Amino acid sequence: MTKTDAILKTKGLTKRFDGVRAVDDLSISIAKGKVTSVIGPNGSGKTTLTNVLSGLAEIDGGCVVLHGTVTLKKIRPFDMPSYGMARTFQEVRLFEQMPVIDNVLVVLTERSVFGALFERHGAFHERQAEEALKKVGLWEKRGGLASGLSYGQRKLLEIARVLAVSAGRQMDIIIFDEPFAGLFPKMVKTVSSIIRELRDEGRTVILIEHNMDLIRELSDHVIVMDSGRFLAEGSPAEVLERRDVIEAYLGE
Amino acid sequence: MDYILHLATLVIIYAILGLSLNLVVGYTGLLASGHAAFYGIGAYSTAILTTSLGVNFFASMAAGIAASAGAAFLIGAVLSRFDGDYYALVSLGFNVIIYSVFLNWHGLTRGPLGIPGVPRPALFGMDFSSGVFFLALAACFLALTFLAARFVARSSFGRVLKSIREDEKAIQVFGYNTVYFKLAIFVISAGMAAVAGSLVASYINFVDPSSFTVMESVFILAIIIFGGLSSLKGSVIGALVLVLLPEALRFAGFPQAIAAQMRHVVYGLFLVVLMLYRPQGLFGEFKL
Repeated sequence: MTKTDAILKTKGLTKRFDGVRAVDDLSISIAKGKVTSVIGPNGSGKTTLTNVLSGLAEIDGGCVVLHGTVTLKKIRPFDMPSYGMARTFQEVRLFEQMPVIDNVLVVLTERSVFGALFERHGAFHERQAEEALKKVGLWEKRGGLASGLSYGQRKLLEIARVLAVSAGRQMDIIIFDEPFAGLFPKMVKTVSSIIRELRDEGRTVILIEHNMDLIRELSDHVIVMDSGRFLAEGSPAEVLERRDVIEAYLGE
Repeated sequence: MDYILHLATLVIIYAILGLSLNLVVGYTGLLASGHAAFYGIGAYSTAILTTSLGVNFFASMAAGIAASAGAAFLIGAVLSRFDGDYYALVSLGFNVIIYSVFLNWHGLTRGPLGIPGVPRPALFGMDFSSGVFFLALAACFLALTFLAARFVARSSFGRVLKSIREDEKAIQVFGYNTVYFKLAIFVISAGMAAVAGSLVASYINFVDPSSFTVMESVFILAIIIFGGLSSLKGSVIGALVLVLLPEALRFAGFPQAIAAQMRHVVYGLFLVVLMLYRPQGLFGEFKL
């Protein structure tokens, strides 16, 4: 992979929790405009990696390089959009006691205090929210509280939130942390077509996932982590046949 | 009649306090337990400026709002870094500090002696000193506060506040520096509380530190929890019920010797029962 292809790189990225290296000297490269899946057994550091990338966990060592030019040793969560990044959470994090539509609208509005107080683009944002909710099939539920949704619908609402914000704000890196877990087959279809659409629009998708069939189907590139370290990478066909990958997964 | 006017005025003053505090506690989910400090800053601003400098009441209120908002800005800069129980404790600490300033800065506040002789408002020859006129004036300020609070609550800003209450980290990831939002609503709320402070100083014609203790902050919290968190209507109804209830109990016919104590007991029981059966308050959409 040449330097210009990589939209996001980590160099020796390290994150420790009480002496445990959850992410350990990790150097990976994410190609622009592709779907890259990060896989690995439970506790391999995938979610910690997403938390470090989104500023929810501080970087203890190494750095993140964006667009080949911006080197970050410290990421604050609220800087994410200015780096063109948006994410979903493994454990769904909605604004529970707010209406479904407000869960989407809230991330679209002005980010400054005064801008938000004297909002001027309300109608425009409502159209964007409508579009995103229709895409995941939650438009009919817009008036109810998020806490009233089923588990699968809650995951879809999180995805709608990211869709809306990425459509409106030109997010070019979107991180999905186990978006398929607990979804019905029909919802799985919706989400996988959304991920493909995002890629076709030229956006970069980082997908954390366990389901091998979906990984084969969706990813252009697969990175395997084990115990916080880089283990292997390559095309899905290559990587998923490798003996060391199978061993790491099955613990043989 | 005077008694009813008096109670109505008190209800209005506490409704303003409830509305302003609800923006922080109900909408943003921050258990601010030092609201009486800003109520006090408003009251002292009016008392000091009108008595020693002869400033007009309305100008003193504007100064009070500015002083209170300024103090909230400084306090909030520290406070907004906290959340949850720590926010409650730190805000309570600031209440104690400001109370101590009222109590001990004799040169400015006359300490425990308080400041007597605070005049009733007058503007362009209009005199609001009679009970009815003062009540009408207070009602106008309540209406203004209500409209301002509703504007804030319904704006995109208000929506972000609610999302901070629901999951601060999640909204941060979408690019919102929540510290600024928490600070801004704290300052707005303190400014509104100063309106109530100016009104009470002028209405009672006297201020002293004992009106601005932590207990007073707890009373304002009780109003909004009773009325319902993140419900503006609830704040007003909460003030109505909690101010009037102890008065109603005066007529409950307790024996003279224990009447005062019994009123407190019944009042406390009432709050306990409400929280057991309706923890979100009368109109609340959210419980802490």
